[in-house]
Amino acid sequence: MQFLSPATLAEALAAKGEQPDAVPIMGGTDVMVELNFDKHRPPALIDLTRIAELREWRVEPGHLRLGAGVPYTEIIDRLRGRAPGLAMAARAVASPQIRNRGSVGGNLGGGSPAGDAHPPLLAADATIELASARGVRRVAAREFYLGPRRTARQDDELITAVLLPEPAGPQQFCKIGTRNAMVIAVASFALALNGRTREVGTGIGSAGPTPLRARAAEEFIAAELDWDEATAPAPTAVRRFGELVAATARPIDDVRGSAEYRKHALSVMARRTLAWAVTDYRKEIATCA
Amino acid sequence: MRVTFEVNGREVSADNVWAGESLLYVLRERLGLPGSKNACEQGECGSCTVYLDGVTVCSCMVAAGQAQGRAVRTVEGMAEQGASGEARLSVIQEAFVEAGAVQCGFCTPGLLVQTEDLIARTVGRGRGVPEDAAIREHLSGNLCRCTGYEKIVEAVRTAAERTEEGAR
Repeated sequence: MQFLSPATLAEALAAKGEQPDAVPIMGGTDVMVELNFDKHRPPALIDLTRIAELREWRVEPGHLRLGAGVPYTEIIDRLRGRAPGLAMAARAVASPQIRNRGSVGGNLGGGSPAGDAHPPLLAADATIELASARGVRRVAAREFYLGPRRTARQDDELITAVLLPEPAGPQQFCKIGTRNAMVIAVASFALALNGRTREVGTGIGSAGPTPLRARAAEEFIAAELDWDEATAPAPTAVRRFGELVAATARPIDDVRGSAEYRKHALSVMARRTLAWAVTDYRKEIATCA
Repeated sequence: MRVTFEVNGREVSADNVWAGESLLYVLRERLGLPGSKNACEQGECGSCTVYLDGVTVCSCMVAAGQAQGRAVRTVEGMAEQGASGEARLSVIQEAFVEAGAVQCGFCTPGLLVQTEDLIARTVGRGRGVPEDAAIREHLSGNLCRCTGYEKIVEAVRTAAERTEEGAR
């Protein structure tokens, strides 16, 4: 097994192009587990920690450009305002030591349906930037997840950045696990209200072969919400929203929870995040007025 | 491959390092620094916690090659120098001993490093002694199967208070 330490992105992309089955490593929080337990023995590791641009974020017109390797700790400390949903999810990732190393790029590269970063990316309609020696392309998060641990990333591509639209309303995230820290989600849910387009975004985690978007629920509640005054939606509408979210999920029974529990948990999380977000939205409107 | 980095202020090298080897393995098996403990090898337990370039990490999840040219600090680097040059326990280590926060001792090195980080981020930045909730949160990635954590939280609080008094 080779250990490659490219100093630039161009070098890393060339290496990935030459050896598409080489495994990129950033924080190591997934990759090293596979190696420690001898589950996987790739021909090479490509260390991405020396490529400065992957660790940087900047504000560009209309969106935040988040380098794929920015650790969760930095997202929590610095990006709560520009990526509120993602920052809440980052806060729920594992432990401080893991958050110091783990990054959104790693979550996307692993493609586990339980990854905490996925639901807020879906809800906020984020875009994933993929690069290879052939060039750079952008894929909507909503089109990125294809199957169990299978994504739109090609073998010769590296995930370089995530583009998060500037928030136009409140975002929320909720996760169920057996304790606050160090848990893989039993189920998770993200919600984003967009007061400008009057659309609602959702993301479901750990309750299907991929992270999912509850489209029918989004359209239903966007039509129900009082976007001018942000009065509390009718209890029947809130309940229906929860049911539609749960109906979108395609969970299985496993060691972390049963499919039935996951659906129930999702309907509860959907109702709660909706109530929180509408309350936040009302405050935002009041501040603006 | 050969990996060269700084450990506790001293430059060290290890030879014949396998590409998939962890920093923890290099510290323990190649550099004679067994303070950082090897337990879960998947980031669950925190007993291998060290500083990497000033940030606490699980050293079982750092590839050794990623440490090349970087600065590592382990529990072995925590002891302080007394007036006559002798090694003596740090304020945090002393508080752990006093409080009975050490039983079998396996989780202790990781807890000491993560506690030092917490105190540096709170007392060290003028934010005062952390609340119990903040202590538990910062140590949430360090498992202890003996103490039930009460004595550990007590030790951290004592160490933070003493550090604050010392800074005045």
